[in-house]
Amino acid sequence: MTDLLQLTALEAHEAMVAGGLSAEEYTAAWRDAAAGDGLNAYLWQDGSSEEAGAIAVEDARLAPVAVKDIFCTEGVPTTAGSKILEGYRPPYTATAVRKLLEAGAPILGKTNMDEFAMGSSNENSAYGPVLNPWDRGRVPGGSSGGSAAVVAGGLAPWAIGTDTGGSIRQPAAFCGIVGLKPTYGAISRYGMIAFASSLDQCGPLTRTVSDAALLLGILQGQDPCDSTSVGIEGGISLPTQEDLSGLRFGVPAELRGDDYDSGVRAVFEQALRKIADLGGEIAEVSLPSSEHGISAYYVIAPAEASSNLARYDGVRYGMRAGGDGDLVEMYETTRSEGFGAEVKRRIMLGTYALSSGYYEAYYGQAQKVRTRIAEDFGGAFASVDFVVTPTAPSVAFELGEKTDDPLAMYLNDFFTVPMSLAGIPAISIPAGLAEPEGGGPRLPVGFQIAGPAFSEQKLLDAAHALERGIGFDARPGGADA
Amino acid sequence: MPEMEAVIGLEIHVQLATRTKMFCGCELSFGDEPNVHTCPVCLAHPGVLPVPNEQAIRYALQIGAALNCEIAPRSIFHRKNYFYPDSPKAYQISQYDIPICGAGRLGDIRIHRAHLEEDAAKMIHVGESGRIHGSGASLVDFNRGGTPLVEIVTEPDLRGAAEAAEWARLLRETVRQLGVSDVNMEEGSLRVDANVSVRPAGSAELGTKTELKNMNSFRFLQRGIEAELTRQREVIEAGGRIEQETLHFDPRTGDLTPLRSKEEAHDYRYFPEPDLVPLAPSEEMLREARESLPELPVARIARYEEMGVPGDVALTLATDPRTAGYFEDAVGVAEGIEPRVLANWVTGELAAALRQEDVEGGAADSRVTPAALATLVRMVQEKKISHGSGKAVLAALVVEGGDPEPIVEREGLAQMSDSGELEAIVEKAMADNADAVARIREGNEKAIGAVVGAVMRETKGRADGGEVNRLIRERL
Repeated sequence: MTDLLQLTALEAHEAMVAGGLSAEEYTAAWRDAAAGDGLNAYLWQDGSSEEAGAIAVEDARLAPVAVKDIFCTEGVPTTAGSKILEGYRPPYTATAVRKLLEAGAPILGKTNMDEFAMGSSNENSAYGPVLNPWDRGRVPGGSSGGSAAVVAGGLAPWAIGTDTGGSIRQPAAFCGIVGLKPTYGAISRYGMIAFASSLDQCGPLTRTVSDAALLLGILQGQDPCDSTSVGIEGGISLPTQEDLSGLRFGVPAELRGDDYDSGVRAVFEQALRKIADLGGEIAEVSLPSSEHGISAYYVIAPAEASSNLARYDGVRYGMRAGGDGDLVEMYETTRSEGFGAEVKRRIMLGTYALSSGYYEAYYGQAQKVRTRIAEDFGGAFASVDFVVTPTAPSVAFELGEKTDDPLAMYLNDFFTVPMSLAGIPAISIPAGLAEPEGGGPRLPVGFQIAGPAFSEQKLLDAAHALERGIGFDARPGGADA
Repeated sequence: MPEMEAVIGLEIHVQLATRTKMFCGCELSFGDEPNVHTCPVCLAHPGVLPVPNEQAIRYALQIGAALNCEIAPRSIFHRKNYFYPDSPKAYQISQYDIPICGAGRLGDIRIHRAHLEEDAAKMIHVGESGRIHGSGASLVDFNRGGTPLVEIVTEPDLRGAAEAAEWARLLRETVRQLGVSDVNMEEGSLRVDANVSVRPAGSAELGTKTELKNMNSFRFLQRGIEAELTRQREVIEAGGRIEQETLHFDPRTGDLTPLRSKEEAHDYRYFPEPDLVPLAPSEEMLREARESLPELPVARIARYEEMGVPGDVALTLATDPRTAGYFEDAVGVAEGIEPRVLANWVTGELAAALRQEDVEGGAADSRVTPAALATLVRMVQEKKISHGSGKAVLAALVVEGGDPEPIVEREGLAQMSDSGELEAIVEKAMADNADAVARIREGNEKAIGAVVGAVMRETKGRADGGEVNRLIRERL
């Protein structure tokens, strides 16, 4: 049984297609593993309750997927980590999930997340934090913390999540797995509960780069239900590249400061040397506007969120409180009891940023910064193929360490936000282990590679070569084995 | 105090008669059971996204072409944020700084802009007033929610209530003839709000305006504006000031009452709708919009006026394209008859005869062919029959169809051509009406009517009125 779970999703798929592996047996093994969730990573599991088989897949030939609870699944609880959607069962299924089912991938369950994807530690979930399988006293990152933890913790072969400012890449880095945020528009957002519509993008969280490529190939594509989706021309093939010769990797001059952990920097620099060993060239690039990325992001994302989350009013679905009073009382009571503190904070921020008289100073200005950041990347990609950074400034931090300091929490996104604002693809692969600043057992460090819009194939090819070169094979000891 | 001039602008919401809603695939409907035309998108379930209705965009482009608007190469949808149960997303997708249709013109009135948006759901306030105040409960019908709308905004170019109502009729007729909307004010597929202010005549500055809503007919539109203009003039004459506010028209009483200020104290927090890309109509769409335009009322009126048809008759024809087509067919076969005369017959005598005989539909659907009408008018013009006989023949044509000549013959309506016979009848009538003849001699011109009437009775209308007049005067 355990042997089955050691297969990568790609290996399992190939075995199922070749006929050497029974899809039923393989899926059942994963359902058993998922049932042993000791990380609070799943909010709902198919097969673990009276809802067994609620999401049907006809011809299973892919590894079962753990789906972040932000994707609507018809008839199956979908909460986005929020109390306000407690008990909500959508009347429809998200395009990304539908594509998985059509491709023959069963759904293992729905994974825990920061409420409405707002958070970098998963501590903002209304259903309790997810624990990091490497150290249960630490966070798995967020907001796709559940999806990262199940893959790292042996509770799912692969997973999908969403990334708005780093929500796939940072938890992938904290959990020692691969996380890819595709180009904005590569995968349909239909049925993905909106946080910040101009930034949200679905993507894979996997053990290997090849698994990420396989999953992206299934998920990507233009969707008539999403006007902003375009897909990836030519689709995605499995990466086979083994060296990096002829490729130029840009390290942002601005990101070389001492403002991140030394352990992370050591692993990052080691990875740079590995790139050189594989024939790649390291160059310095300038991204002068990126330092304003966090400021711009924390205006744009909350502004869009304040509008996206206004529909949760207790009228049509989800939680309703104060329904015996008048309309305004119902709105106010439902929303004050239904939303958590971070969601309320961002709704307030965003409402303020959009309000008459402040719009230009905040939202308008933030959009200008966003344009500048995109232009910076455009300039960089004129001379290099990729831009590389650490994925996060630190390794996974302790539960509760940053919950009282929203700004410190927001800085987790420092390296990932610029790519989100520019709409470009970026992948985080595990590059090594580092000791936390405060000491303790070593934890995974992510290495981020970003490329121009729709360069996913080239990005995956390069990441595959580097993954092979690094040969990261550490596994968490903290998960149920 | 100088005379106060009215300054009026209109905001017209046109529901487009597309098959489906603006951003989802639900069918449009009117009068169906509540909440049957809904889906996750128009109920704003989590995770849904809007997809623009291409037909609605084409219709908006047609309206833009008909109103001579500049079309934006890339227009932008915005979110207009507000909490209210008629707006399930808590925002309306509308257009803000770059509408699909920019400046244009219809007749003498400039169009400021026309933009695409989605309609709100329908609120039904349970209670006597039908309004939210004093209502115990409110129900929401999402069938209407998401219906495509084009909002047309004029410049404040209208100078009176009657002019505003007349122009609104012209706009409705124009939109109706495009075939893009039912333009039914009672059903709400056409809704006209008015921005009303007054200012000293000749002033270039605009006074403070009020916005008038809920006038669901052209009559109410005119009445509402009239009432508001009167109120504003009285306030200013009494030394007061106009407050900017929204007024609700009550069709039962004709009263205008302010909506509570709380209801309009909105900061809509507009921002570009991130779920939609800019709307960039293709060359093909623009060309199709231009080429699909029928001849619109304004153009038709101008063409008829050039043909010599008076303005009011031209307007009547232009608002009824089928009858206008009938008129043009008649002109085509009526050599030597002025279009003006034919137009008068079509909109006057023929329309009256159709009404008289309770014939459904207009001239084009009647048994009177354009050729028969042209022949009849020529007979009257050539004095072969009198005008009165012409009307009698028309009544017969409406019932039985065919040509006028056999009817004239059968009914013996040919004009009296034997002058001797008519002279004898005139002389007898003068003798029979000696009193009237005496009064005419005393200078009472009107008295001649009694003598003419007697001649007409005797001739059964076959005599020519002018000739009868001449013969009477000869004998005075």
